[in-house]
Amino acid sequence: MAVETGSGVKSDPQIWRRESRGRVIRERIVKGVLAACAYLSVLTTFGIVLVLLEETLQFFRKVSIVEFLTSTTWTAAFPGPSAQYGILPLVSGTVLTTAIACVVALPVGLGAALFLSEYAPVGLRRWLKPALEILAGVPTIVYGFFALTFVTPLLQDAFFGNSLYGFNALSPGLVMGVMIIPTVASVSEDSIYAVPRSLREGAYALGATKREVATRIVVPAALSGIVASFILGISRAVGETMIVAVAGGTLAQLTLDPRQSIQTMASYIVQVARGETSRGSITYDTIFAVGMTLFVMTLVLNIVSYLFVRRFRETYE
Amino acid sequence: MSQSSTEVARQSEPEGGGVYKASVGARHVMNRIFTLLLLVATCVGLVVLAILLVDVAADGIPEIDWHFITSFPSVTPANAGILPALIGSLWLLGLTALFSVPLGIGAAVYLEEYAPDNWLTRLIEVNISNLAGVPSIVYGLLALGVFVQVLGGLTGGRSIISGSLALSLLILPVIIIATREALRAIPETVREGGYALGATQWEVIRGHLLPMALPGSLTGVILALSRAIGETAPLIVVGAAAYVTFLPDGPRDRFTAMPILIFNWVEQAQDEFRLLAAAGIVVLMGVLLLTNSFAIWLRNRYQRRY
Repeated sequence: MAVETGSGVKSDPQIWRRESRGRVIRERIVKGVLAACAYLSVLTTFGIVLVLLEETLQFFRKVSIVEFLTSTTWTAAFPGPSAQYGILPLVSGTVLTTAIACVVALPVGLGAALFLSEYAPVGLRRWLKPALEILAGVPTIVYGFFALTFVTPLLQDAFFGNSLYGFNALSPGLVMGVMIIPTVASVSEDSIYAVPRSLREGAYALGATKREVATRIVVPAALSGIVASFILGISRAVGETMIVAVAGGTLAQLTLDPRQSIQTMASYIVQVARGETSRGSITYDTIFAVGMTLFVMTLVLNIVSYLFVRRFRETYE
Repeated sequence: MSQSSTEVARQSEPEGGGVYKASVGARHVMNRIFTLLLLVATCVGLVVLAILLVDVAADGIPEIDWHFITSFPSVTPANAGILPALIGSLWLLGLTALFSVPLGIGAAVYLEEYAPDNWLTRLIEVNISNLAGVPSIVYGLLALGVFVQVLGGLTGGRSIISGSLALSLLILPVIIIATREALRAIPETVREGGYALGATQWEVIRGHLLPMALPGSLTGVILALSRAIGETAPLIVVGAAAYVTFLPDGPRDRFTAMPILIFNWVEQAQDEFRLLAAAGIVVLMGVLLLTNSFAIWLRNRYQRRY
């Protein structure tokens, strides 16, 4: 790049060369700094895995992994010689609230995605989509407050009476479902949008109604993306913390009765973290072991969802 | 459209017609029912949102006055206020922006403009989309293990710095993804024009690409930061104080934040505290509404098609 001239012109090329070298060095430094920013994300993942792994191993020195995975009692909040560390009650609480959330979020989210992409006129769509997205922006503590002070009393008055506990799985599950609607709707809509027009037009030409096109052509064609959105929604629900921590209670019990008080993995971590637990105590270790379980579960769900998304991208884009 | 075709189908249907024609009417009825169901599905979320806002506003707005904004929390509901939580949230917001914005934009620029297309780059990309799906409470555990325990001497332990580092890592993927999309939308001709005039890659990025990507990137940043303001779980794990009667002196001090204070009030048995929680939520949602409207305004104002 630098201009090498003979003896004729001296000063000009030298200035040019010096500046050029400076620019090259600056380019390298900038590139290095920017690359470091990008690699930080990998470091974050490593950090998460290392921290979780280290403390989880500490935990498994004190409690056998067999007890952790198979025992049906979780009394870690009250440490002592008789404390039992079976994660199944926390898993059942998580599965229960997630399942309730899915009953709301999956059909409603898919329905909203179909309406937005197939039925809504452009003007209406431009308003509805951001409005739906507000749902995802509401802080989860606000949903928790809503579940505890509005939904639970409403369910008690209207349907269950006193058989529904003040803290229960049903109310946070339902509210969580509403929170996840935009996640399911927006990923589903992306994949529905990617279905070629020609498929729809072919079906219309054969005399299909709009519903038949939507349910028998569009949905099967966009299926991998829709499945991805469902899995992503499930993953959100599994990791959701505050709604359950506020409205679900703190009773870790192995039950699938939605009227009962429950505790999820995430809400257990919150319960322990609110108290002052010192490092090295077994209670401190439990939150990392539970966090590790939570991390692995959401990781698997996210990877499966990613594979499905890639499939619909490859098919139509 | 579907209405008129249904009418036609009904009119043309003779008494006791063949199997095929009878099913046309039924199919169009089904079509109408289905349309209605989808409309209901779309509205469910919006209706719940409206109920939620009205419910919180009805409980909370009467509680808000100047005293509520400028007082410290108290065991007597009538005297309680949100000042330390408000200040704490502002500290968190400022530091989180300071950490996450340069890192996020830097990572996005590298991945979009510099990174070679190889397995390492793909690994980073997969990793970032994965990090976006990690539950927020796990970021809290990361911050507890690294920033509070290992680097406690540097960060001050359960401090504002540790909290904002946790929030920064949490929202980094959002900022990176938004900025990359903004950069990708800039046509190649802009870059080539810059190179043709002798600019280096960084000069093109600094002088042209970053200013052009700014509105899109900034929208993502504001949305990410508003998510950070509302986050509760990671701050609890990092160790935000539940009951604070002082203002933080600096970033290494202990702190509380709006969502933490709201959580604390929700957990109290007395109804007066629930009303205070509603009032705190109104303040929090008011701040979020402002920042989000600003983001949408920004997007509409500067959104360009190339």
